[in-house]
Amino acid sequence: MILAVVPAYNEEKKIGRVVRDLFQHGFKVIVIDDGSVDCTSKEAAASGAVVLKHKINRGQGAALQTGNDYALAQGAETVVHFDADGQFNPADIAPAVKLLQDQQLDVVLGSRFLDRRSQLPWLKRYVILPVGRLVNFLLTGVWLTDAHNGFRILSRQALEKIKITQDGMAHNTEILAQLKKQNLKFAETPVEVKYFEYGQGIRGGFKILVEWVVGLLIK
Amino acid sequence: MLTIQLLLLLIFAAALIKVFGQAKRQEISAGTAMLWTVFWLLAGYIVVRPNDTFYLAKALGVGRGADAVVYLALALIFFMLFRLTIKVEKINRDITKVVRKESLDEKK
Repeated sequence: MILAVVPAYNEEKKIGRVVRDLFQHGFKVIVIDDGSVDCTSKEAAASGAVVLKHKINRGQGAALQTGNDYALAQGAETVVHFDADGQFNPADIAPAVKLLQDQQLDVVLGSRFLDRRSQLPWLKRYVILPVGRLVNFLLTGVWLTDAHNGFRILSRQALEKIKITQDGMAHNTEILAQLKKQNLKFAETPVEVKYFEYGQGIRGGFKILVEWVVGLLIK
Repeated sequence: MLTIQLLLLLIFAAALIKVFGQAKRQEISAGTAMLWTVFWLLAGYIVVRPNDTFYLAKALGVGRGADAVVYLALALIFFMLFRLTIKVEKINRDITKVVRKESLDEKK
């Protein structure tokens, strides 16, 4: 069973379409409403998703771990991490799952740099993301073609081993660190990302770095 | 005695009363209460006899007693900020655990 885990925060306008698109591609969908104050839960449920609700906003990392726990309890063999704002293309999932199964990988990570479909803002393509890749490498020892891309396919084995403790956006780096530490096999797959908003900028990147460092001090 | 000394002593006395109150209500441990009591008494001593910090400055290799106090106070403030940041993050994570558990329990 393949489950799509979709963390969502105040996405009432887009979540319905994202859920329906995932259904059309044959996936069961779990939406984790991370304390939204709009009608995200209602829209997601109306579109057919199983909805888990965080009473208060805890961050994307926390929502993903809730989704992972639920997927494990439901007996999922494969989980897809998919954004709620409609920026990913559900058609990218099937080739990524095939890659996971054919090469017996534990995790497949989406990359915007393996083809030319993603129209990245100039500053992101040539400054922010290359710096992000380098920082990720220095922190985790994992060298990727992309940084902080939320598109992931995880096997059940990976789900059992990866535990996200970073509530915010630093979970992306934390997952890479756990891949390395647990010796999980992974590869990248080309994905298309549509930009409706700018997303993480320099300030966001710095915030992620601080979250990561504070997180290290707690363990 | 200068007005600033009097003012500082009053503030430290208020801090001490607060420490005793918290210890009495068992809001802080005996060890923590002891630590803060020593800290505020020491701060009061430095305010009353500022020239005695000369020995501390000499031991630390700093020119003036007042400088030594400022350096130590800054280091202490940074340390406390660091401790507070860690503590707040721990509390945040505990809140997350509760929120996540509740959402999963609702689906059982």
